[in-house]
Amino acid sequence: MPGKLKAKIVAGRHLPVMDRASDLTDAFVEVKFGNTTFKTDVYPKSLNPQWNSEWFKFEVDDEDLQDEPLQITVLDHDTYSANDAIGKVYIDIDPLLCSEAATVISGWLPIYDTIHGIRGEINVLVKVDLFNDLNRFRQSSCGIKFFCTTSVPRCYRAVMVHGFVEELVVNEDPEYQWIDRIRTPRASNEARQRLIFLMSGELQRKIGLKVLEMGGNAVVGYLQCFDLEGESGLVVRAIGTACTLEKISTLPSTATQPSNSSPSKDMKEPVFGEEAPGVPLSSGPPTPLRAQTFSSFSPSKSYSRQSSSSDTELSLTPKTVRMYLCPSAPALECESSPLPSAYLPHHLRLGMATRSTTPPPLHVSQSDSAMLRKCVSFSEELLLAASGMGSGGSAGKEAGPLKALLRQQTQSALEQREYPFFTLTSFPSGFLLHVGGVVSARSVKLLDRIHNPDEPETRDAWWEEIRQEIKSHVKALGCHAVVGYSESTSICEEVCILSASGTAAILSSRFMQDGSLDVEHRLSRQPVVFTSGADRVEGDMGSSASLGFEEVAPPGCGFCHIPYDELNIPFPAQLTYCYCCRRNKVPDVLFTTIDLPTEANVTGKGCLIQARLCRTKKKGQGEGNATAISNLLPFLEYELHTQLMNKLKLRGMNALFGLRIQISVGETMLLGLASATGVYLTALPSPGGIQIAGKTPSDITYEQHISNMQKKINDTIAKNKELFDVNPPEVVEEIIGSPIPEPRQRSRLFRSHSESSDEVSELDLSHGKKDTFVLEIDDTDAVEDIHALLTDSPTPPGFYSCNTEIMPGIQNWTSAIQMFTSVRVFRLNNANLTNQGLNKIFTDLCENLLKSFYFKLRSLTPCCLCHLNFTVAIPEDELIQVAVTAVAMSFDKDQALENGRHGGEKTQIKAIHENDEQLQFNLELNPDSTKGLADISGSHPSAKAPSVDYSSFADRCSSWIEQLRLKAHTMRRGSIKTTSSLEKNSPLPEGRSRSLRSNRSYSGGSVAVVKMTPLSFIPGAKIIKYLGIINMFFIRETTSLREEGGVSGFLHSFIAEVFAMVRAHVAALGGNAVVSYSMKECVFMENPNKNQAQCLINVSGDAVIFVQESELEATSVQPQSATTQTSNGGEGT
Amino acid sequence: SVELDVFVGNTTIMDKEVYQLWLNGYTVNDAVKVRIDGGIMEECEASVEVLLSDTMDQYRTFQMCERLLHHPTKLANQLLFQIPPDRQAMLIERYYAFDDAFAREVLGKKLSKGTKKDLDDVSAKTNITLKSCRRQFDNFKRVFKVVEELKGPLVENIRQHFLLPDQLARDYAAVVFFANNRFETGKKKLQYLTFQDFALCAGQLINNWTLGAVDNMMEDMDVDLDKEFLQDLKELKILITDKDLLDQHKSLVCTALRGKTNVFTEMEANFKNLSRGLVNIAAKLINAKDVRDFFIDLVEKFIEPCRSDRWTSIDVNLYLTHYTNSAHILDTFKHHSVWTRYMGVIKSCILRMYHE
Repeated sequence: MPGKLKAKIVAGRHLPVMDRASDLTDAFVEVKFGNTTFKTDVYPKSLNPQWNSEWFKFEVDDEDLQDEPLQITVLDHDTYSANDAIGKVYIDIDPLLCSEAATVISGWLPIYDTIHGIRGEINVLVKVDLFNDLNRFRQSSCGIKFFCTTSVPRCYRAVMVHGFVEELVVNEDPEYQWIDRIRTPRASNEARQRLIFLMSGELQRKIGLKVLEMGGNAVVGYLQCFDLEGESGLVVRAIGTACTLEKISTLPSTATQPSNSSPSKDMKEPVFGEEAPGVPLSSGPPTPLRAQTFSSFSPSKSYSRQSSSSDTELSLTPKTVRMYLCPSAPALECESSPLPSAYLPHHLRLGMATRSTTPPPLHVSQSDSAMLRKCVSFSEELLLAASGMGSGGSAGKEAGPLKALLRQQTQSALEQREYPFFTLTSFPSGFLLHVGGVVSARSVKLLDRIHNPDEPETRDAWWEEIRQEIKSHVKALGCHAVVGYSESTSICEEVCILSASGTAAILSSRFMQDGSLDVEHRLSRQPVVFTSGADRVEGDMGSSASLGFEEVAPPGCGFCHIPYDELNIPFPAQLTYCYCCRRNKVPDVLFTTIDLPTEANVTGKGCLIQARLCRTKKKGQGEGNATAISNLLPFLEYELHTQLMNKLKLRGMNALFGLRIQISVGETMLLGLASATGVYLTALPSPGGIQIAGKTPSDITYEQHISNMQKKINDTIAKNKELFDVNPPEVVEEIIGSPIPEPRQRSRLFRSHSESSDEVSELDLSHGKKDTFVLEIDDTDAVEDIHALLTDSPTPPGFYSCNTEIMPGIQNWTSAIQMFTSVRVFRLNNANLTNQGLNKIFTDLCENLLKSFYFKLRSLTPCCLCHLNFTVAIPEDELIQVAVTAVAMSFDKDQALENGRHGGEKTQIKAIHENDEQLQFNLELNPDSTKGLADISGSHPSAKAPSVDYSSFADRCSSWIEQLRLKAHTMRRGSIKTTSSLEKNSPLPEGRSRSLRSNRSYSGGSVAVVKMTPLSFIPGAKIIKYLGIINMFFIRETTSLREEGGVSGFLHSFIAEVFAMVRAHVAALGGNAVVSYSMKECVFMENPNKNQAQCLINVSGDAVIFVQESELEATSVQPQSATTQTSNGGEGT
Repeated sequence: SVELDVFVGNTTIMDKEVYQLWLNGYTVNDAVKVRIDGGIMEECEASVEVLLSDTMDQYRTFQMCERLLHHPTKLANQLLFQIPPDRQAMLIERYYAFDDAFAREVLGKKLSKGTKKDLDDVSAKTNITLKSCRRQFDNFKRVFKVVEELKGPLVENIRQHFLLPDQLARDYAAVVFFANNRFETGKKKLQYLTFQDFALCAGQLINNWTLGAVDNMMEDMDVDLDKEFLQDLKELKILITDKDLLDQHKSLVCTALRGKTNVFTEMEANFKNLSRGLVNIAAKLINAKDVRDFFIDLVEKFIEPCRSDRWTSIDVNLYLTHYTNSAHILDTFKHHSVWTRYMGVIKSCILRMYHE
């Protein structure tokens, strides 16, 4: 009995009237876990019962603790007939199993009934005592932390990134079991909810086991999906990235700890360091290059201490001899001050320094690169899909032989992994070296009944096949890894489209250790990690901290440099020298599925770009249908790609981030929706315009028509450039010509001079102007394209939109955020629509949704809709459903303008400033230290080689690849200025919550505010604790649709209820926000004739505690009242 | 056609303007028209579809909130909608806000089903939509039901249980007080009085003539008039039944007012009538039937005679002040406290009700 689960039922409130005669309820509660059930006494005649039960104790295996939810059922006692159920609460106790997450669940939780919705609330207390030491798990994996967040969570640093984990479990869908014919809809829904709860628990446990095997302690970017396959069953599958995470303290530094406290404590200080790339210089680590603990994640921990205790620190952490780049006191501000302005220079400086650490060139033999080249191969479809890109590649030089060597080493290490895939979308700086482009694979399958749920081989094999394909695509791009990886399905009757996509990339090995060293490392580390408790964190910090030096590309543009061999470009692309560093080749466009790297150099702002497509297909069955769909897919993807490309050019931009392509299949049509955030990467060439060409130039009216259109397009491009501040300076040449080279060369201290000067002479500066995209207008597709191009209505003033986490050019977020979900279903009334007609309808549907958002959120302007996530579905033959979840974040206008100016007109100037800064920095640095560094890395190439695996993860681009690079608009997620806007959701003032004399149960006071956001951060606040993953599944059904306000009324209240339940569970865990929230499933079915509807919703996210930065500043740390209480209580236990 | 269209925010989005339209009982289409006329389309570059969708959404949200608004204290405790406190206050305040014109019609009537059935007449008369009338009526009834049985100060009870701002709570107190005592307000002669006129009077009565006015720890609350006080009022009859006292009173008042008013002669001539009127009202208040006629009596017995003699408000004020004070100087008059308690209210009410 390794665990004891304890639950106490305190009280209920707002219960429904169950006894018409008395207008009251005789409520009691059943508490069930596994097969054990306890009951409270009946509390007669009250709608606000006070049970105050004893502690109900369940002694259970930890395996069960992971799999099972605690089930609380509230019933109305009836002497003469069966007791009526009021509703249920499922409590996922997983967060209680991890020492670093929540320790108690306590609060008011909505009582939910699948037919009636929320019916009152119940106050419960739940705790878990785990007896034995957690290292002895066999089937359980208690203690593994799960995060939906697709970056390293805010108060952790990644010690190691182990890689891809996946699992799936299958079962029969209760809705399709024979018994469903005789049981009530409520019983059926509850069976389903419970089953999915169990399956999710099991899945998580199994994934946890895999993580343990790999030596990790956490899963980041955990993505769990359901496939409701109908007759053939129910599949729950999940992917994620196994990591070893290390907690950086939960204590707000400036406020709670005197900065001169002991060094070990110092290490615990919160470091929201993603922004600060860190890469500390080492003056010569005695034990080179192992286990560098993500200095890049936490550079500031040392900074803050620099002035007072750096000596001590050195002595305490003998393996980590560090020299910090910024020995001066001002750096202290970086940590303590929440002002972005304080961070920015800091970051820039670091960025510069990073360049100077570039190791000396290593030599690589031709054979190496030949080998590399050999694996470049690609399939026809890749070519097809990629053909929309620029054409022809100019010959150029491989940036450095070093790259190839390192890459190869990394590759070999990575190849040991089955799938070098990462579900992360943003990375510690220095991790992502190069990006190849988007890789994706799809396959169409026919569903068959899953005969043995314990052996879900078929489904496994399907995904394996897809992943292998992705892997091969990645190779073709000269990459080793896939980042921003995700998988999805679309099911219609028996046909299922499986899709996977990601971004091919080359990663730095610093976060990935392979080989024996690593094993040792793990062994030594693991006990520390898992043996309980709180003090662990500081303990192993020292040992894991050391530094490594690897190829370091300029942070602002390095990731845009092509990873593939330019002589064997896997697709036609136009390469030029990077417009930032002039050293390496970059493509003309870059598409990726990841977030914009924080350090990327961007000109202007970004915007949401969508390609939408509808294609009719014939009704079909079985194989024939599947084949028809397979045949349509490549065309669909190609057209989506062309649309994206056109729209990108129309906005004068050259790169897409966060690209997500959804293909949805219905009986008679296929829907394709591609969403991404377009930006202008400063490193990439300026996109050419769009030129329309007609086939019959002789006709004058026709010519006029064409020239009109051409003019329209040109005007739009010009307008867009202004709107998004995309003014790449025409003057690039001049500026580059003289003032820049000097600092550039300086900063590239270890590069050979000859090489760089060659580059300069080879620069093709006129590139980008001469190639325009030609659209042949006689082509019906082109007409459609142009139509689509010009019908996208511009965002109204004061609004920006993106589907990524951050928006370049906007930094000064206020703390006002508004998360929302919107769903629309369109019924096609005319059965005989053409492709064009369908396209129009679909496009309008999406556009109108956006317009509605802009209107509804107008009070928040200036604001940006971030993480706009569109999900399309074809729930029925003639229905198109679009569901959107996003967050609107307002920002400070004045600063935005300023930024705009900086970002726009002055980009190049800014670049110079940066360079100046860099230069100064270098000068400030002790020259010996840099030199020393160089010597070390130069003289120990062999020592380094084994451990430097350039983890390269390759993705394969089923279609497109483009590259970009960005100016250093370090947009920092964690540190957003809060001064200007007052917290809108402040807790209720006391006066408001005054309770009624007649009603004691209200005395609990008002409801704590819980923020929700699809982003991984909360502007103006620091996340100080992750409380565990929220993964909830609800079914709601009604047989009185009209009475509930029709389909809209029904869904509206259901979504509101889901939000309410998420908030309540988060609050019960002691949290005050959900980050990385997403609605992964929203399956809506209706039968208006029968007055019925049913909806299934699955949501997930990470429950966190955050503290406003403004509050951190205050001397007394007084985080939001309600939260602190609970969390303190929790920590005490 | 768009078959389903919902938008749900984590923080519930509510537009004050749309809320008001909803409260006013506009249909979705009418509300959209009003919004368009307000120029919002130009302002926000919105189309009719967008407006329609937004209005529908908000109407749905309000409908879902309505059940919570019936118990405003629940709004702060409920989990379904996350609404910032200032918004909650706004929602409640506006939901419970009522039109004076409507209240004027219902004032003093029994808050029964019968009255509710007649609301269409009220609606027609006041030009307030029937829907809005019903909401306002239901609010009256709800507040009435809750505070009817409660002890303690009426206004404070309303304020606490319905989280209303002070002024609104006072207005509700007036409505409840009138409904409880069934004051007649519908007579033709009273038509010129506004709701606020009556609300002020109600406030005076509640603060001075109820049990709670004397001792708010009493078991009873201040919806009902202080019976003991009403009993004592009978004693005031001496002022008109004792001829000497009446003459003495008159001469004191006349002496004080001579030369200070333009209507002195009329006043002098009317003194006995006026005094009889006021004292008779006092003496009869012990009968519930006469309580109902309190206001009509005031008008008939005092206000109308004064008005026909073209007294100004200043004249009335002057007269009542001296009329009240002079009584205390009378040798044989012993009922000073009852007199003060009575005349204080009478004076305030008359001054408010006296429209020149």
